Amino acid sequence: MLNRTNPPHIKDAIEFELELKPYEKFVLDNGIEVYAIDAGAQDVLQMEMVFYAGNSFEKSNAVAATTSYMLKNGTSSKSAFELNEHFEFYGAYCNRTCQNETASISLHTLSKHLPVLLPVIKEMITDSIFPEEELSIYIQNSKQKLSVSLKKCDFVANRLIDAYLFGENHPYGKYIASADYDALTTAQLKEHFQQYYLNGHCIIFVAGKLPVDLFKVVNEQFGHLTIKPGKQQITNNILPAVTKKYRLTNDPKGVQGAIRIARDFPNRHHPDFMKMMVLNTVFGGFFGSRLMSNIREEKGYTYGIHSYVQNHFHDTALLISTESGKDVTDATVEEIYKEMEILREELIDEEELLLVRNYLIGNILGDLDGPFHIIGRWKNIILNNLKEEYFYDSIKMIKTISAEELKTLANKYLQPADFYELIVI
Amino acid sequence: MIQYEKFTLNNGLRVLVHKDKSTPMAVVNVIYDVGAKDENPDKTGFAHLFEHLMFGGSINIPSYDEPLQVAGGENNAFTTNDLTNYYCQLPAENIETAFWLESDRMLNLAFDVKSLDVQRKVVCEEFKEHYINKPYGDVWHKLRELAYSRHPYRWMTIGKELKHVEDATLQDVKDFFFKHYTPINAVLVVAGNVTTDAVKLLAEKWFGPIPSGAKYQRNLPVEPVQTAPKFTEIKANVPIDALYKCWHICSRLDNRYYVTDLITEILSGGGSSRLFQALVKEKQLFSNIDCSHSGSTDAGLLSIEGKLVKGVSMKDAETALMEEIYTLQQKGISEKELQKVKNKTESMLAFEDMSVMNRATNLAMYELLGDANLINTELDKYQAVTSEELLNESRAIFNENNCNTLYYYSTN
Repeated sequence: MLNRTNPPHIKDAIEFELELKPYEKFVLDNGIEVYAIDAGAQDVLQMEMVFYAGNSFEKSNAVAATTSYMLKNGTSSKSAFELNEHFEFYGAYCNRTCQNETASISLHTLSKHLPVLLPVIKEMITDSIFPEEELSIYIQNSKQKLSVSLKKCDFVANRLIDAYLFGENHPYGKYIASADYDALTTAQLKEHFQQYYLNGHCIIFVAGKLPVDLFKVVNEQFGHLTIKPGKQQITNNILPAVTKKYRLTNDPKGVQGAIRIARDFPNRHHPDFMKMMVLNTVFGGFFGSRLMSNIREEKGYTYGIHSYVQNHFHDTALLISTESGKDVTDATVEEIYKEMEILREELIDEEELLLVRNYLIGNILGDLDGPFHIIGRWKNIILNNLKEEYFYDSIKMIKTISAEELKTLANKYLQPADFYELIVI
Repeated sequence: MIQYEKFTLNNGLRVLVHKDKSTPMAVVNVIYDVGAKDENPDKTGFAHLFEHLMFGGSINIPSYDEPLQVAGGENNAFTTNDLTNYYCQLPAENIETAFWLESDRMLNLAFDVKSLDVQRKVVCEEFKEHYINKPYGDVWHKLRELAYSRHPYRWMTIGKELKHVEDATLQDVKDFFFKHYTPINAVLVVAGNVTTDAVKLLAEKWFGPIPSGAKYQRNLPVEPVQTAPKFTEIKANVPIDALYKCWHICSRLDNRYYVTDLITEILSGGGSSRLFQALVKEKQLFSNIDCSHSGSTDAGLLSIEGKLVKGVSMKDAETALMEEIYTLQQKGISEKELQKVKNKTESMLAFEDMSVMNRATNLAMYELLGDANLINTELDKYQAVTSEELLNESRAIFNENNCNTLYYYSTN
């Protein structure tokens, strides 16, 4: 008779050996570095050109994001429609994203179409013309989108908490107002483009089932451009807000409150960063976390509650985020602080710690599924200037960090007095 | 080509195995043939609430999540109007843990009062977060009620109203479980670094002893053919007017499904699609416009929704939108445009197949539709669509009497 109360034997995930497939590296004729992962069963690939052209480099608000967006809105020889049609005809996706330091152009395509797509990407990064008409449509539609977003308590809370943490003039803390869109001119975009794309710094990441002549094809298109290799560093002064507690009513008829509780946290080069990965998982980093177990699964105050360290190159922040019922927002905040206190005062027992170690390792193992995820890990290491062993060091950390070390860490970072506290209804 | 093997246990549980030795992981996916459409109209939202309760402990195991996390696994679930799907991924060497957990909650739940009490609250917060505390969040409640007069697609998976969720009783939970959560009404897919022999042994061991249950006989009201256009409007505290239109389309297994899917691509599948180019870029009447379809098992809806540029009248926006539709109905599309949307579909399918998890879930969904091998014939069906079929289908769908329109007005 099968005994269902008796769990099957498991191999602890911490006994697994994880391997991050090494990248291949090419250097184009102009010195641009290309990192590549050749793997996968499907005939697909992704290529990402990372430019140092993000918000940190813009002279006024919204210039970097708009320049990035407009790269697909017209070149000397192709209209926005023609650019879109070209990618779409080959079933490819060409996206632009703008972050704080970097701005990327990414291509997802069946590998066989790469040769007809790269020349158009080259056109976008060398010959974008930023038509007035396209800009005015973009401004109008972005303002409309913003006006809708501003009705949402979570959107408003996300903007404000960043501003408190970093200051409104810091790239991590500033946000776009409607008036910023109105102030945009094509001249600003052209200047940003000239400086940070045409003559900017760029790194290329490619992954998937790669064609044998990848280097040749990429070098032909990008190896002779004026773009420069390497990274462009920039740092900004953080000017955090003085007041720590905020209560706001964005929608008097709102039925939920967006809660954000946050403090400053060092960047990835600090030894505490890796350790926090484990402490944060226990605290609010996964479905079985303390915050989730208490505030969702025990009390039913919210659909979800998470804590995480923001993904920044420079000094960053630790954040707890949830939307909870309007009448239980204060009770939720109280429980968050209670969970901090328990982590400061009591050792995490070995059973829970093993669960978290196994969960994290299993998660990384699952996340190494496929070339796109593997290159993502490398990209993180390379762009953050981390050592190549970072991946293995973090695995080791997960497997070995002790309950005492985690308690010490909690006492250092989970002190309510250090946190900003915001509720937006 | 996605390879798989299939066998059926004596209790009627269908088991599919898809091997992929390139990953160290395994995926265990269980799909149940029950969705929001199977709910009582006075107790809507129940299938989804029930999904939450499936994590509240089973007859022999107090917690589902913990042992899975200890084994290095992760899981989630989703409910649609048609089905409920549970999936977990864990290191292949620990796959038996997933069999143990999944089989115990198919055998019997703990039916814990506390769990029901908490999850009712959690689902109410989910309801608020996505459908109440959000501009335009009520649109699909209204649109479904407008478009469907009888079929249970009239309500959303989350439920018609908070009260239905709040009123759920433990007896409702038990009845629902014994009616739907049985081997005969489920499909198990195991994918990843596994062998069919090992899966057979484990499936027999853990799922074999579960009583088969009665096959659920679905007998849903048929939606009558719509014979006149329908309209409704909402006035709300949103910043911008919006226009929503939807039309009835064929069911998932109808061959016209592929034609319909390509029509939505032609109309709004990207920066070179017709509606975006004409209405957002050239005429600048909408700040965004999207066309999609529900993809549901029974006859679904194709919908177009867009936000109007401030100052544009609803009438002008609607007229311009319908002009684009008439152009499609009169002139059809060029071979190049047809090729474009077929190429997009080919590449989308290839990207979807990259993850083992997606392959497992798709196999389960196709098996539930009647034949897992549909996963391998989809692309050919898209490739076979002709411009003539597209023309005919656009005339059939965008018939005035088949149309439902919702005007969403800003009171600001």
